[in-house]
Amino acid sequence: MTDSLVRSFPIVRSVGTDGLLVSFGDRLSEPANRAALAFRAAVDRAGWAGVEETSTSLVSAYLRYDPLGPGGDDLRPRLAALLAERDWSAAELPQGRRFFRIPTVYGTHMAPQLSEAAAAAGLTAAQAIASISQARVRVTTIGFAPGQPYLGELPEVWDIPRQSALTPTVPVGALVVAIRQLVLFSVTTPTGWRHIGQTAFRLFRPESASPFVLRPGDEAQFVPVAPEDLANMEADPDGGATCAVIR
Amino acid sequence: MSDLLIVHSAGPNVTVQDRGRSGTLAYGLSRGGAMDRLALAEGAALLHQSDDLAVLEMAGVGGRFEATRDLRIALTGAEMRATLDGARLIWGASHLLPRGAVLDIGPVLSGVYGYLHVGGGIDTPQVLGARSAHLAAGLGRVLAAGDQLPLGADRGSATGNILPRDTRFGGGVVRVSPSLQTELFPQDQLDRFVRTRFIRDTRANRMGVRLESAGEGFHVPGGLSVVSELIVPGDIQVTGDGAPFVLMAESQTTGGYPRIGTVLPCDLPRVAQTPAGAVLEFRFVTREVALEAERRYRSGVKALAGQLKPLVRDPHDIRDLLSYQLISGAIAGDEL
Repeated sequence: MTDSLVRSFPIVRSVGTDGLLVSFGDRLSEPANRAALAFRAAVDRAGWAGVEETSTSLVSAYLRYDPLGPGGDDLRPRLAALLAERDWSAAELPQGRRFFRIPTVYGTHMAPQLSEAAAAAGLTAAQAIASISQARVRVTTIGFAPGQPYLGELPEVWDIPRQSALTPTVPVGALVVAIRQLVLFSVTTPTGWRHIGQTAFRLFRPESASPFVLRPGDEAQFVPVAPEDLANMEADPDGGATCAVIR
Repeated sequence: MSDLLIVHSAGPNVTVQDRGRSGTLAYGLSRGGAMDRLALAEGAALLHQSDDLAVLEMAGVGGRFEATRDLRIALTGAEMRATLDGARLIWGASHLLPRGAVLDIGPVLSGVYGYLHVGGGIDTPQVLGARSAHLAAGLGRVLAAGDQLPLGADRGSATGNILPRDTRFGGGVVRVSPSLQTELFPQDQLDRFVRTRFIRDTRANRMGVRLESAGEGFHVPGGLSVVSELIVPGDIQVTGDGAPFVLMAESQTTGGYPRIGTVLPCDLPRVAQTPAGAVLEFRFVTREVALEAERRYRSGVKALAGQLKPLVRDPHDIRDLLSYQLISGAIAGDEL
């Protein structure tokens, strides 16, 4: 980043023709993530005319609106006033958070980029497995694909960049790593992140009453298991995962 | 039991589509819906019905269809070779498909996505608020021979109308707004971006359209480590190989690769309909221009119904010409 891009947060920016983004930082941090979640909830509660959909990313809250419809021109001043109401980075995490322990095969043919990712982090494969599997990470946002969590934040050594070329495809349940975060894939997709683990956890269940399993604020740990153990969990949509409410 | 549209055969990428889903972005599910939303409006105008009814989207090639009731249809989007019981049908128009007749929709002639609209809409069950297949999310699927799609009740009666042909099927100039990451790109790259004649790559689907260019690629210094941020349809993402990718209906909802700009919503149908090998160019516009373009797009959509013209049948297309009583009403000349 160049000096000209240093800004003070929060900032409100246009996204395309019909969106506004309220950002609380330019890199992932726990306070910025909490602020984004709490601010979006406040926007939803406000129920402003013209707002068609809201969402959050890692550090931002997003509003899609009709730029030509009633209320569209009022949104920027309304956002500014809502931002000034409090210190959003001091907001509480969402209520009803849960802790998932998700069985994971690290490396092997099921997750072929473990060694490569470990090397990028300056670790042996065994050190990498220990580091990732002992980390208790939090869902910072759901995004990219349906129900798919970004989880963070990993220890500093995992501040490794994405690959310059996309991996053509990783399977559903793939655990991938980059820039101190994990993503657990809900679909089969190309990705620029490195595939280090494989789970049998189904994140998107369109036929279910709760199609999207994880929510921002939930926490997870990826517990190492042998490939044959994971094979026995394939029939279970939870892939052998356990879930406990965080109190 | 409701009336059905029977699929006797289908090209490799025929799906049920509508305007897609709103409210699922926060769960990582992008809007989806028809790649060419203007085609939805055209079909709605031709059939005098709402543009939120579901249609068939056909990429590259259509299929063979039959209905169990007399069915009003409209054919919009990319022109495809279409016949009704062997007689050529005019594209961009509405027709009557009699019960039991065979509608054949062949390969595309210009553009990418053709649409088959039916009176009353395709009435498959809604999932998460829409009927659209979202292939990237694993919602719904491409159609196959043997599928039978329920038809909604049709309150309309008009057929035999045609709309003027649009020009969005062969590439051209597309307007873009600055994106969240535009300013991360060095100015010389932005200058080069708007001077470049991009060729639409063969790699394109409902998620995105890849663009090739003769010169070097586009890169942001440190661009592989920017924070993952929200994606909207039309974002032009630059991955590590330097080739821009216009993200489309089924795009991912967040991503960390920088986006050099965002195509105006009203110009996305042109991107969707640009065939492989055709040229696309980009021009940055101000917010004022973008809003004015959206205003014009919407008034254009409203004006579609007023642009309908009755179809005039070409005698060459009338298969049973000899059975028509062409001389009834003629006079012999010796009557009193």
